[in-house]
Amino acid sequence: MKDLFRHHETFVLIILILVSIVITAINPSYFTLENLFDLLRNYSFLGIFAVGVTFVLISGGIDISFTAIASVAEYIMAFLVIKYGGNTMMAFMIAAVVGTGLGMLNAVLIYCLKIPSIITTIATLNIYYGLLTVMSGGKWIYAFPSGFRTFATVRVFTLINYNGASYGLSIITVIWILVIICAWITLRYTTLGRSIYAMGGNPSAARRVGFNIFRVQIFVYSFMGFTAGLAGFVQALVLQTVAPNSIVGKELDVVAAVVLGGSSLAGGVGTISGTILGVALIAIMNNGLTLLRISSFWYNVVIGLVILLSVTFSSFRHRLSPRGVNRLIGEIGGKP
Amino acid sequence: MKHRLSDLYILALITVVIVLLMSVLNPRQFLTIANLESMAFQLPELGLLSMAMMITMLTGGINLSIIATANMTGIVAALILTSGHSQGPADVSVGTLLLAISAGLAVAIVIGLINGLLIALLGVSPILATLGMMTLVDGLGIVFTRGYVVSGFPEAIRFLGNGTVAGIPFGVFLLALAALLLAVLLNRTSFGFNIYMIGCNPTATYFSGVNNNTVIIRTYILSSVYAGFAALIMMSRFNSVSSAYGKSYLLITILCSVLGGISASGGFGRVSGLILALTVLQIVSSGLNLLQVSSFLTIAIWGCIIVIVMAINYLVFRFQERSMSIKRGLLSNLVG
Repeated sequence: MKDLFRHHETFVLIILILVSIVITAINPSYFTLENLFDLLRNYSFLGIFAVGVTFVLISGGIDISFTAIASVAEYIMAFLVIKYGGNTMMAFMIAAVVGTGLGMLNAVLIYCLKIPSIITTIATLNIYYGLLTVMSGGKWIYAFPSGFRTFATVRVFTLINYNGASYGLSIITVIWILVIICAWITLRYTTLGRSIYAMGGNPSAARRVGFNIFRVQIFVYSFMGFTAGLAGFVQALVLQTVAPNSIVGKELDVVAAVVLGGSSLAGGVGTISGTILGVALIAIMNNGLTLLRISSFWYNVVIGLVILLSVTFSSFRHRLSPRGVNRLIGEIGGKP
Repeated sequence: MKHRLSDLYILALITVVIVLLMSVLNPRQFLTIANLESMAFQLPELGLLSMAMMITMLTGGINLSIIATANMTGIVAALILTSGHSQGPADVSVGTLLLAISAGLAVAIVIGLINGLLIALLGVSPILATLGMMTLVDGLGIVFTRGYVVSGFPEAIRFLGNGTVAGIPFGVFLLALAALLLAVLLNRTSFGFNIYMIGCNPTATYFSGVNNNTVIIRTYILSSVYAGFAALIMMSRFNSVSSAYGKSYLLITILCSVLGGISASGGFGRVSGLILALTVLQIVSSGLNLLQVSSFLTIAIWGCIIVIVMAINYLVFRFQERSMSIKRGLLSNLVG
């Protein structure tokens, strides 16, 4: 029991449950399978990003450019699939390859030029997004092949509610779940996963132990790019339209969700389960505000307060722990 | 506390190259009074915002809430200015004007104070504290304005950003004054010295008898005040305020600071570098604009410039290190 309370995830879970109880008490339609499946489908996009961001944060870096990568991957995918034809599998492959490639470019810049990751990725965000907008002329893309449209509506199983409308576990959520499983296994049971933690915790120690920092870094940012490409693919599936400017601007929201889930910006700390809870917290907050009929003007106020309270609370708890006190002096400067 | 001067030389060289390039590409339009004047009108707001970002980066922190703070300052001032009159903006008394401006700046100071307290006393990492604050303040701005744009200000406000004194835009004087004050503060006062010290090594600073917390809190307040002054110019130039203005400036201010030689991990950088970087970005943007290049291509080129400058800096650094070690090797050979 005491062990349980040492984990950040436990606290997020408790907050989640409390919030859920409050929302359900006021509006019972919150606590239904239909709403749950809706949420799972709508937040898969954010959730897939979050998995990639978790990897980057654990490795001790940060990535801001993933929204631009997703936009580029999504646009190239849509353009090629509509122009040359192709099935959904092809579309997926294109998005994944473009995303991975752009992520890898980030890693090469960060490693070879020793530019801090935040600066590199802000620069590449502007480069990717700027070039995309110029080359696409800002045009939206509609008219996906019919196969692509029907794929988006596939459900693993379907239920019927009392109004006769059907709902169920969407294939889009399944994509997210698959990403989560892969990421979880990688982080927990592979040398590669452990080396990401090692690098984030202490890069020079990791190097001396014999980890190839360059390879780990390439993997982390490529994986971030891959998830970004996938998120672009999912976004195109959900919306069935592609606009070059629909994703850029959400990057800090995703980082906030991941950090709420317990990943540290200093690196070395973070779990996939925490990230899922962080995304869930944001999703439920947004959903709850709608169900409670609170004016949308208040959305950002509430989200901002949740972020502030949560980070304050977690850093406060960190200070009270014995390890935290030792590090107190070192942190006084307020380094990021 | 050595400033890396070589960075500034490189940047100055790049400025000259870009000016020559633009003059050759577009000789009839680029080197005209009209173009210089339009550049001078655009410089101050980004300049003040970049300085707001720079101050926090010197301590090794970051302030993501500058744009939100600026918008909030503008909103508070605008609401006071537009609340009393119904027949038009011209009849606002001097008292109301001063009240509006000081109320706006007071709000900025409060936001900075809360940021500082969160970061210094509670040990929240600057990215997170200011990210949460950004969302919260943005949200409050939306609540205050109901999501609308507030517009219609008295002549005096419009003069700040649009007026000229002796043919030179008034905003340039404000920018010069702000830059001068900041330079004096950083180089001639113990507060400025402590800012650099904390950025270099917070622990050593703490043990040399500096109250790190006070310095950090003051830094974030100062940053907010600069954002507040930027707000006055933004108000004036747009002749309106809204919670949604200037969002794209946020990452640009970080780029601008880094381009100006401010180290992302803190401790290094000077105001002159920042001003030089600002000039480079402005020349590129105005020059390309005259060539009728898309503004999105401009931001892509900004991204490329930052990567190139960082790459050159890194190569120069490597080269210097190598020649240093060769010299040292020769010396030890001689002595040996």
